[in-house]
Amino acid sequence: MRASIVTHALDTDALLREVADARRGATALFVGTVRSVNEGREVTAIEYSAYESMAEREMSAVLAEAEAMNEGVVLVAEHRIGRLEVGEASIAIAAAHEHRGRALDALRYAIDEIKKRAPIWKRELYADGSESWVDPTQVAAR
Amino acid sequence: MLITVRFFASYADALGRKDAQLSLGDGASVRDLLKSVSDLPGASALPANPLVAVNQVYAVAATRLNAGDEVALIPPVAGG
Repeated sequence: MRASIVTHALDTDALLREVADARRGATALFVGTVRSVNEGREVTAIEYSAYESMAEREMSAVLAEAEAMNEGVVLVAEHRIGRLEVGEASIAIAAAHEHRGRALDALRYAIDEIKKRAPIWKRELYADGSESWVDPTQVAAR
Repeated sequence: MLITVRFFASYADALGRKDAQLSLGDGASVRDLLKSVSDLPGASALPANPLVAVNQVYAVAATRLNAGDEVALIPPVAGG
């Protein structure tokens, strides 16, 4: 298990290699990317920032929980911070297990909990030149 | 005791600073710390009960602080 905050472009192939093992026949990959529209507004880029040391600690705790709940799963997660353009990946998580069920369950848990708990923030930059901090507690749950 | 508290993202913007040194009585709790923070210029933009982390772990209002603790106010998170 490994969780890191990084400032470079995410390399999903490297993450897949990191969890690969001849005994693990199922590998699942989640990639979150900057999308062009949020809450009806045209987004041009997002600036991500983090309380880096705590974010890595919290992400590691989440991965450890996912591995404990899904025996035999191996997980790795990276979250990128800094300015990301539309289409660039902000988070990537890879999960591998002997079988697909555990890999997919662990992956789902990991992304859901990291989004809830890791101290990471984003400021959206809009096409009209304005910008704002994203506060998920202020929009309807999805 | 002196406690350094860190601010991030929208809270740092609202307060116009990334940290502050607060003088608190021995045995002070997170609740006491938040009271001190509320006296800082710009603090009216912060919620009454923001999330607080002590030594990189989420804390509650009753959590006791010790000199040298790493304290941070955590705005609503939005990673992923």
